[in-house]
Amino acid sequence: MTALPFDAVSAILLIPICTAGLLALLPGYRLSARLNVLASFLTLLSASLLFAARPEANQYLFVDDLNVVFVVLNTFVGFTTSVFSASYIAHELETGRLTPTYLRFYHAMYQVMMFGMNLALVSNNLGLMWVAVELATLSTVLMVGIYRTHEALEAAWKYFILGSVGIALALFGTILVYMAARPVVGEGIDAMVWTVVIEKVAKFDPALLNVAFIFLLLGYGTKVGLAPLHAWLPDAHAEGPTPISAVLSGLLLNVALYAVLRFKMLLAASPGAIAPGPLMVTMGLTSLIFAGFMLYRRRDIKRMFAYSSIEHMGIIAFAFGMGGPLANFAGLLHMTMHSLTKSAIFFAVGHIAQVKGTQKIADIRGLTETHPVLGWGLVLGVVAIAGMPPLGIFMSEFLVVSSTFAREPLLAIPLVGGLLVAFGALFLRLGGLAFGTPSGSLAPVEASYVPMFAHLVLVFVAGVYLPAPLVTWFQHVAHLLG
Amino acid sequence: MSSLSFDVAHLLAGGLVLVSFMMLYQDRLYALLNMFALHAFVLALSVAWQAYIQVAPHLYVTAAIALLFKAIVIPVALHRMVVRLGIHREIETVVGVGLTMLAGMGLVALSMVVMLRITPEADPLAREDLAFALSVLLLGLLIMVTRRNAVSQVVGFMSLENGLILAATGAKGMPLVVEISVAFSILIAFIVIGIFLFRIRERFDTVDVGALDSFRGERR
Repeated sequence: MTALPFDAVSAILLIPICTAGLLALLPGYRLSARLNVLASFLTLLSASLLFAARPEANQYLFVDDLNVVFVVLNTFVGFTTSVFSASYIAHELETGRLTPTYLRFYHAMYQVMMFGMNLALVSNNLGLMWVAVELATLSTVLMVGIYRTHEALEAAWKYFILGSVGIALALFGTILVYMAARPVVGEGIDAMVWTVVIEKVAKFDPALLNVAFIFLLLGYGTKVGLAPLHAWLPDAHAEGPTPISAVLSGLLLNVALYAVLRFKMLLAASPGAIAPGPLMVTMGLTSLIFAGFMLYRRRDIKRMFAYSSIEHMGIIAFAFGMGGPLANFAGLLHMTMHSLTKSAIFFAVGHIAQVKGTQKIADIRGLTETHPVLGWGLVLGVVAIAGMPPLGIFMSEFLVVSSTFAREPLLAIPLVGGLLVAFGALFLRLGGLAFGTPSGSLAPVEASYVPMFAHLVLVFVAGVYLPAPLVTWFQHVAHLLG
Repeated sequence: MSSLSFDVAHLLAGGLVLVSFMMLYQDRLYALLNMFALHAFVLALSVAWQAYIQVAPHLYVTAAIALLFKAIVIPVALHRMVVRLGIHREIETVVGVGLTMLAGMGLVALSMVVMLRITPEADPLAREDLAFALSVLLLGLLIMVTRRNAVSQVVGFMSLENGLILAATGAKGMPLVVEISVAFSILIAFIVIGIFLFRIRERFDTVDVGALDSFRGERR
């Protein structure tokens, strides 16, 4: 299989699932938290080995140039979040919001979720990918409800019901793809294998593929949080533990989007099928504009950034929907930058909410005076997420906008409008949060700032200078996406 | 394919849609649970028939799971839960029965039009199975939308999953992976739901999802 002594693909799957089993058995949260960090780090290492050598595709798993980007991003944010989580949960235990038993459960679920997401990304089988996305969703549902307050239970219930309906629609779409593949590929497992299907998709019945894509877009689109299927997303982000908000925004949404992209590639390779682009463009623009306006009325800090995630997933879906090398490149870059920035923001917000004892925006004021490091970290994060130069998101948004102007100037108007609306809302709130008269607790915060600033530095560097190999890589992937 | 095997498959799949309709207007929880048991029973028969005509022994497993787990274990468990929660009163429906039935008919017509039109080349059994499956799926969604009670939403969701299984078994030669995964996901889903119901009971003393709405995070 590979030149390496061990198989990197198995490693990124086996490490999380074995650790999950171990964490479920181990008492003592300090040890668990460290083990969680260690396992996430090892997974990241194995994932980066995929650049060097990758195993050949089989019927269940494969690695190509597209999913390796997702896998590395996934494991990297998974690792930094586990570091953040280690400093976050100690506080939750002190305040009694979580008991040691729940904490054990939390750590095990964290690794189960990482397993589910990695499996979804490397699966070569449409059925397996569906199972993996379902697994990742179920584990996050449990973690969203872990505080067991009214709000947390409502959020988890809503997430669960909407997520299940979404995943059911996606399964129906998957079955339809199999039905389309069967006459050409033949019965059995091969008709679900992505690498086989993509080669022969030109001969499939286009009408079946069209309907299948509608179901898949609605199904996985629910997970991406595209309006009007986004209702679960703000609640789930606001009520769960903050590390989970960070991985939901930074990772799970990407995984669902990856599934949509795979099927978009199938449709693009079939000459008779409808163009999937306009559907994604419409949903993306709707999400962007809707979330942009919703940002103004938020009173809860985590909820506000959840709406900002909807906005950015809208931009990414828009970019991939436009298609073409430049827009795809912009979409990939934007996705990477958004994952890094948004999780950095949630790292800051997590500590802020802990030290102030509230998530209400009105009760959090003057952070740069009371907690300078956290406050300025948040300012930087918001400046980045709003798309100010010279940070990474500015560059990717600029690329999205300019490529749209070049091809469809009319679409660029609502796009820019939505961006400006969201920009205004974020800065309106940031003023009070960071610079108002200080209020609330002034207690010093025991926080690990490393993950937050590591992400922000990466975003800054990417905004100033993108290394040439990365650009070539992304360009190559953008071509693959068509 | 002989016309008898086709007719029986057709009858069973059509029966599933009919039972979905019957679930739509049940306004008592017990009756709804009984209907769901019937739904799962018809599904088990249909899957077993598919296993027989496709000569696919592994489908018998799916049929057995549907029969034992969904037609017996879950309804009984939910019955007990309903008794313990003390909610064997009427279900509040959001829209009236007449409107719901009309909407249901519309959905069935829609799925027939969509599925039959796009699959003229597929073999007739598969395409009609798909059309029925989509109807069951959409009716399940409708049940979920029109109910406010957590237990009946779960029942609606499970009937929706029944539709998925019907589709998966109707697609000839669909890999085993998927069927088992479907069965597993139902199992997991039920465990999750069970936990949720317990917690909701513990915290709210109600399983009316409408009551949950008042705890919107924005209004703290």
